[in-house]
Amino acid sequence: MTTPDTETDVPVEDDGRPVVEQRLHPVTPLRRAWAPVAVIIGWGVHDPDQAQHQLTRLTTTTLLLGLAACLVGGALYGFLTWWFTHFAVTDSELRIRTGLLFRRTAHIRLERIQAVDITQPLLARVAGVAKLKLDVVGTDKKDELAYLGEGHARALRAELLARAAGFAPETAHEVGEAPVRQLLHVPPRVLAVSLVLTGATWGTLAAALVVPPFLWFATHSLWTVLATGLPLVGAAGARSVGRFVAEYDWTVGESPDGLRIDHGLLDRAHETVPPGRVQTVRIVEPMLWRRRGWVRVELDVAGSSNSVLVPAAPREIAETVIGQVLPGVTVPASLSRPPRRAGWCLPFWWRGYGIAVTDSVFVTRHGLLRRSLALVPHAKVQSVRLEQGPWARFKGLADVHVDTGANKTVTAGLRDAQEAAELLRGQAERSRTGRRDARPDRWMA
Amino acid sequence: METGSPRAAGETRGEEHGEQRGEPVWTGLPRDLLRMRRLLLVVWLVPLTLGTGLLLGLLVGPAWAAFALLPLALLLWGWRLLGRNWASWRYAERADDLLISRGVLWREETIVPYGRMQLVEVTSGPVARKFGLASVQLHTAAAASDALIPGLEPAEAERLRDRLTELGQARSAGL
Repeated sequence: MTTPDTETDVPVEDDGRPVVEQRLHPVTPLRRAWAPVAVIIGWGVHDPDQAQHQLTRLTTTTLLLGLAACLVGGALYGFLTWWFTHFAVTDSELRIRTGLLFRRTAHIRLERIQAVDITQPLLARVAGVAKLKLDVVGTDKKDELAYLGEGHARALRAELLARAAGFAPETAHEVGEAPVRQLLHVPPRVLAVSLVLTGATWGTLAAALVVPPFLWFATHSLWTVLATGLPLVGAAGARSVGRFVAEYDWTVGESPDGLRIDHGLLDRAHETVPPGRVQTVRIVEPMLWRRRGWVRVELDVAGSSNSVLVPAAPREIAETVIGQVLPGVTVPASLSRPPRRAGWCLPFWWRGYGIAVTDSVFVTRHGLLRRSLALVPHAKVQSVRLEQGPWARFKGLADVHVDTGANKTVTAGLRDAQEAAELLRGQAERSRTGRRDARPDRWMA
Repeated sequence: METGSPRAAGETRGEEHGEQRGEPVWTGLPRDLLRMRRLLLVVWLVPLTLGTGLLLGLLVGPAWAAFALLPLALLLWGWRLLGRNWASWRYAERADDLLISRGVLWREETIVPYGRMQLVEVTSGPVARKFGLASVQLHTAAAASDALIPGLEPAEAERLRDRLTELGQARSAGL
């Protein structure tokens, strides 16, 4: 391969100005330094006897030589990937150019930004660097900028958001960070209690404690016990301690650039969701939280993987936060239940179902013990479907599905057939008019 | 319901405003689609019936040839099923959205607003091309939307595609 001629390769903007390309932080090559080591460890764990055999055969010299080759190879690979990765911010796009042999250029349109995430794993915090990722529908892991200097990442986020918001390109540099007003902070005690009161935490913990001894008595094979026990313990840890660590110091803030979510004890994450990007909000109420009046709020943003808005908070506070996320939306107090004959289709659980339609949102509820209430703004509805199976038709019932842009479907289950048909037509009409009043993609324009 | 005669685009637009109040104007699928599906059914099941009957009758015994009744029954049942399924499919273009209704036992009705459309896909396999058919599929940002019209005359499919694209552009909205 020939060295790419960066001088002639420099891309230009529409009006002929050259685009200023930047490189990632020089710490980046170290990011992949562990890869060869991981491969060797993986091989050793996979086949312990063979590994032991090979190790005894090696002399000190070959061992050292092999180690040196691994180090040099890893360092070279890391350095080359870093050297050949460039990014640039133009008036309308973020361009990422990467690749040594296989070139890849990603152009991410700024007005399509659904969310901006800055994440700092523990080691990156020590090194003072951060990852920046733009969530656009269709982007994946390759499209994140890892790593940038901490200050640089913040400045870049501010600039990207300013450009996406529609500020003039010349002033986008100077706009700076938008001021943040804190809406909610979850104290560690509330978080800990909420996790203790979650059934899933205890379920996985119980499984991790009960299953391995049981297997030991049944098989007396250490490998079987380890192979099933370790994943179970891992799952239990992730469910309890892992969630506590990830959701520690959860802060939700509001700024002109949208919603700010900061969280994490070891790995810090800072998410920004610009206005009008939220597709669905769900209020989840596990059974054991009901006495305390706590709820968990989840949200769907297209192309974004993070889904929690509030891990645990009293209902009134959560509702005020929702009011900020979806402006002008109040959570309806009462929902209409399906007709009584729905019990023939879904005994007992039909009581958990319910729907409500307000001026701005379509609301459905399901779940009896763990109640889940989903709110979809009319403007975010992609399509509406009515479904009716033979048994449901015999009982005069039908389901209405509402598909949102985050690729999730919200279902109003077991409605009266006549009502469902009206709901279908009405929802199509409401989503059409709702879109007309929706805010523009460039929220400051 | 008889074949959906493709209406001229001008006519459709004239009707739009009247449509919004009352029942939408439904269009069925062309009869060729039913003909194609039935032909495929016959092509697969008639040799199977004959093969089963002859092989079992000659090799094992005449009484065993009765097993050929199974694929025959399947053929007759499928014939009727295809007819009912074909008759249940229909679509309507309204001023702002496309309606698709289908299914006999499991009924489904889909409404996709034009402004939500991300892309329109016209596909046509070798057999479908032989019968002069093409299917039109609308994709939105939600994969579940699944708005498919399985068989249309190519001219109608192209007209629909162009009209949907045009309306989609006019009413386009972000996510």
